[in-house]
Amino acid sequence: MSHVANSKGRGGFIAGFLILPLALYLTFVIWPYIQTFGYSFTNWTGQSPTFDFVGLDNYSALLKDEVFRGALLHNLLLLVFVPTVTILISLFFAFMLNAGGRSGAGGVKGVAGSALYKVIYFFPQVLSLAILAVLFGAVYRSDEGGLLNGFLTKLGLVDPAHPIEWLNQPNFVLWCLLLVVVWHGVGFYLVLFSAAMQSVPKDIYEAALLDGAGRAQTFFKVTLPLLWDSVQTSAVYLGIAAMDMFVLVSTMTSGQFGGGPDHHSEVMATVLMRNFLYFGKAGYACAMGVVMLVLTLILSAITLRATRREHVEF
Amino acid sequence: MGSTSAHGENSNGEGFGRRDLIKRSAALGLIAVPTMSFLSACASGSDETTKGNESKVAVTKENPFGVAKGGKLDVVVFKGGYGDDYAKAWEAAFDKKWGTTSSHLSTQEITSKLQPRFNGGNPPDVVDDSGAQQIKLDVLVKGDQLTDLTVVLDAPSLDDPSKKVRDTLMPGTIESGMVGGKFVALQYVYTVWGLWYSGKLFKEKGWTAPKTWPEFMDICQKAKAAGIGGLAHQGKYPYYINVAIMDLIAKKGGLDAMKAIDNLEPNAFADNPVALEAVEAIYEIVEKDLLMPGTNGLTHTESQTQWNQGKAAFITSGSWLENEQLKQTPEDFDMQFLPMPVLPGSKLPFEAIRAGAGEPFIVPEKAANKAGGLEFLRSMLSREWSTLFAQQANSLTVLKDGVDPTVKLRAGTQSAVTALKAAGDNTFNYRYADWYSEMGTELENASNELMAKRIQPKEWIKRAQAAVDKATKDPNAKNNKRS
Repeated sequence: MSHVANSKGRGGFIAGFLILPLALYLTFVIWPYIQTFGYSFTNWTGQSPTFDFVGLDNYSALLKDEVFRGALLHNLLLLVFVPTVTILISLFFAFMLNAGGRSGAGGVKGVAGSALYKVIYFFPQVLSLAILAVLFGAVYRSDEGGLLNGFLTKLGLVDPAHPIEWLNQPNFVLWCLLLVVVWHGVGFYLVLFSAAMQSVPKDIYEAALLDGAGRAQTFFKVTLPLLWDSVQTSAVYLGIAAMDMFVLVSTMTSGQFGGGPDHHSEVMATVLMRNFLYFGKAGYACAMGVVMLVLTLILSAITLRATRREHVEF
Repeated sequence: MGSTSAHGENSNGEGFGRRDLIKRSAALGLIAVPTMSFLSACASGSDETTKGNESKVAVTKENPFGVAKGGKLDVVVFKGGYGDDYAKAWEAAFDKKWGTTSSHLSTQEITSKLQPRFNGGNPPDVVDDSGAQQIKLDVLVKGDQLTDLTVVLDAPSLDDPSKKVRDTLMPGTIESGMVGGKFVALQYVYTVWGLWYSGKLFKEKGWTAPKTWPEFMDICQKAKAAGIGGLAHQGKYPYYINVAIMDLIAKKGGLDAMKAIDNLEPNAFADNPVALEAVEAIYEIVEKDLLMPGTNGLTHTESQTQWNQGKAAFITSGSWLENEQLKQTPEDFDMQFLPMPVLPGSKLPFEAIRAGAGEPFIVPEKAANKAGGLEFLRSMLSREWSTLFAQQANSLTVLKDGVDPTVKLRAGTQSAVTALKAAGDNTFNYRYADWYSEMGTELENASNELMAKRIQPKEWIKRAQAAVDKATKDPNAKNNKRS
């Protein structure tokens, strides 16, 4: 009896603390979602408090919208490549920095100078996306003034009269952007994986080494399984980043809110913003927002489920 | 941001707070899903209509809108190439005359600053709705957010009360402020569009400004031989190259060809030999490799700066170019305006230019001090205020002879004035980009592909006509007609 009352009291106590944050969360996060959902059934222009209810018109228009479908495809492409490439590179570097060094008598350690490398690899993470866009805008600049073009021209690989218009090439533009995201992300995930690797007891590695395991075997049989939780989390985060991409695309590529040339770098967020702010089709944009939300939720659920494994305790 | 103090802390204050809070929590990682910030951006303010305080001041000839003495005036201006000193000077003059307290906000982020206020029903009294982030006029009209400014046109002019304001304006001003069949925007800055070149460079090379298309191509060839580009354009923003294409169409086919496009006619581009010839002419520049290297991927400032450094003979732009490039232009550059050269057999003469009014000033329908806003626009069309603008912003206004002759203009602006005089009545101006944002964007995409040599002129025509046909479905298409 007293036990129950006790726990009831504690529940109330805890709830007392949670009411305010919960109310804030409901008002400022959940309520806008519900509003958006509502607006997606209207022809709201985004610049006026008046609008009409149009039912599912926005959603059926969305199905036929080639630009949006193209953008969705680009997002899916990025969804495959951004997490895979970033995680593979960061894992490789993290392993080299923590366990890739000469296996001398001192046991397991990283390559020489690994402490310094860790700091340097982290640099890109410090820069904001807006700065990245400017920085890589200068790298990809389409005349001789661009870093890449200038470099290639000096080497005699590119004709100065016909420099490569990196971000104006339908076949290059998405990969150019992918490179920026990977460059930006590797440092952070490297540090994340390093931290996870350092928490793996050294004696596990030593045991593996004593048993005659090579570097590759150590990585696949020991390191990766023990790091699986971190890899899984990273995949979700990177997947979400790949579903976004708004800042880079809108500032680096041509067109209103980017997406150029001719929709070849379009992502859902840029199509959404163009319809929302430029074409005055806010109701339609809200429908896109709802689709993005649903896709992102599905993505997170799938990633977490597909990568579920048994925990290894150590 | 003085303007926030001018309006209440009701729904609007909450609107700001909500966005800030979401931004902050996103930074904290509370919101990991990126869609959230977009979704919450979609949330509008509540649907409340704050009724403007209807003035009870008697309407007189001196005070045609019934402005109440005292009170507040909320002004928002775009701070672009013209700066905002002129607006501060105007507000001071207005406050002195009417005893008002003006709040001044100058920004480049018109949309993000004003959208919550339009949605919340408490917009400012006067807005200079310009720049890359302007709120599109067609969008505002669709939402019934703009005051019909015809009353300003019919009010007596401040300089000469026997005249109406409408009789003191440059030709095309009223036309360019019409959206959805209403006069909703006072386009205040008089602009000409066309090609620009360096008088100094041309003198050095012994080139004369071309009047026909073959002459133009000849100079481009000579420029290439001299190791520089013929034409530079602002490739990242294909708006600019469309000026060249559309000007060629209008000059070759006459005003009817232009109106056919604005009126969304089924043969505006398709089966129109004039349009095809114009696009082919532009494509010839690409085909003969006469573009400035890399220009297709450059922003407006990058390509204009290259042009300022003598890397290309010509560039397309409007007359704001000189102001925009003030810092990058060498002292002795001698910037000169050139009307678009004509194709053989053109209906309009070489002197004809695209000229019109830009920089739209609007008075929101739900402005708290609507009378003040209207009076502000009327004052802008006085010689005193117009001269203030010409001095501070080095640009012409839509007021006829609105600049005191003692004001000295820069070389580029002066050359534009000369070209305008030579053009006389031969001016034209497109409206489709203001009327149909989506169509404008699709034409720009097509031109981007054309300049990159990825599509041929025939394909451009096909895409352009498809964009026109799509625009006919716009609900405003029945109101946006010109003759």
